[in-house]
Amino acid sequence: MAAGFKTAEPLEYHRSFLKENCRPDGRELAEFRTTTLNIGSISTADGSALVKVGNTTVICGIKAELTNPTVEAPSKGYIVPNVDLPPLCSSRFRPGPPGEQAQAASQFIADVIESSDVIQTEDLCIERGKLCWVLYCDIMCLDYDGNLLDACIIALLAALKNTQLPEVTIKPEACTPEVNLEKRNGLLIHKHPVGTSFCVFDNSILIVDPTAEEEGLSSAHFTVVTDEGDRLCSVHKPGGTALSGEKLQECISRATARQREIQKLIDKVIQSVKAAE
Amino acid sequence: MEECGDTNITLREFGCEQSLLSRPDGSSSFMQGDTSVLAGVYGPAEVKVSKEIYDRATLEVVIQPKVGLSSVRERLQEQSVRETCEAALLASLHPRSSLTLVLQLLHDDGSLLSCYLNAACMALMDAGLPMSCLFCGVTCAVNAEGQIITDPSAAQEKESRALMTFAVESTEHRVIMSSTRGSFSVHELQQCIAVSQKASEKIFQFYRDSVRRRYSKIL
Repeated sequence: MAAGFKTAEPLEYHRSFLKENCRPDGRELAEFRTTTLNIGSISTADGSALVKVGNTTVICGIKAELTNPTVEAPSKGYIVPNVDLPPLCSSRFRPGPPGEQAQAASQFIADVIESSDVIQTEDLCIERGKLCWVLYCDIMCLDYDGNLLDACIIALLAALKNTQLPEVTIKPEACTPEVNLEKRNGLLIHKHPVGTSFCVFDNSILIVDPTAEEEGLSSAHFTVVTDEGDRLCSVHKPGGTALSGEKLQECISRATARQREIQKLIDKVIQSVKAAE
Repeated sequence: MEECGDTNITLREFGCEQSLLSRPDGSSSFMQGDTSVLAGVYGPAEVKVSKEIYDRATLEVVIQPKVGLSSVRERLQEQSVRETCEAALLASLHPRSSLTLVLQLLHDDGSLLSCYLNAACMALMDAGLPMSCLFCGVTCAVNAEGQIITDPSAAQEKESRALMTFAVESTEHRVIMSSTRGSFSVHELQQCIAVSQKASEKIFQFYRDSVRRRYSKIL
């Protein structure tokens, strides 16, 4: 009976739960799904992380390459994020060139990296005007069950924290770089941005960490990204129904609490990996 | 929410023309200082079966840069403009049909996303599509001294430490869309929202004046 109701009237089905301040999967409105993190899962990458937020699974691998800095910014390296939504992760994605959602997510991640100063691109410069690092951050969704952006940001941050760059020395006589793969240094992470996504139902009910089903039925969705200094790095609301100031304030407080939780989780996982070594 | 100290909000000179193209069902050009955008709306028209939505119209937004092909940056802007228009349009009145909004950038001198939104709203209005409210875009830049500049030019954007663009609806002046760059405090965000809401009143007045001017010529 309940299954039939869910198929025939999905919105009404969700409303009947939201009325009682809970959700079909048993969560409260402001409750996240269980977040699990595994770092260093890809041994061939310079840094990697696998994140699961409920069923949503995202993997991020970072590959560092040596390149020439651009003429406009001779003392800066660069970071190239890319979000991939393959047909594997959900039936809504078709094979072929990346769709709008994947491209918008890639740009959003690039904006977050730039706005939050998670890495200062000056740190990636090896010799001014001659040599710098480019970090290719490939983020791939393996299972899409909503809240892609949050999972992507956590995966990216954890992978960056896991990244070990080999030491590069430039021989002055030959002007050729020499890479010492034995000696590796971690990246300097300046800020820890963490995103929190919300969905709005019926113009008034706010839920956190939506599943794919909830995303499809909601009237608006938005993402707040904060760092450990309680500064906002992004308030991304692409449209949908309007939001009042009080509601926004509520969301920001929830986002700051979430930032603390995730930063603690990342630190804990890194500690445990170190202990295992 | 705190009242902003600076009550006289300065916007650059605005300009708008509607129905300037003959082929689209609605068109407009919008200028904010030197930033200029041309918009055209086609629809309601027949929809591709793969994009058909059974209970409302499918809206497609295409942003064309001045030179070259549109890139990933335009995709994010397209998404923001589309979802803002969807919030204002009464798309359920035209089920199983397609609406296409084309935005052509003519010149970028800052506050581009807000100019896209304003041009889009004027073009939708010109096409006579039913909407539940109007919307406008306002860009605020926070400079190094913490001052808020509304409708910044490209040079002001470059010097700013944070840049925020909001879409404000006309009925209760609430925020439908938000897009930000740079990091800022919660207080600054609230100040910028308050300033944008005030600035939106000016823009809606401009909408009203330009539409009135246009119909006074026709009638």
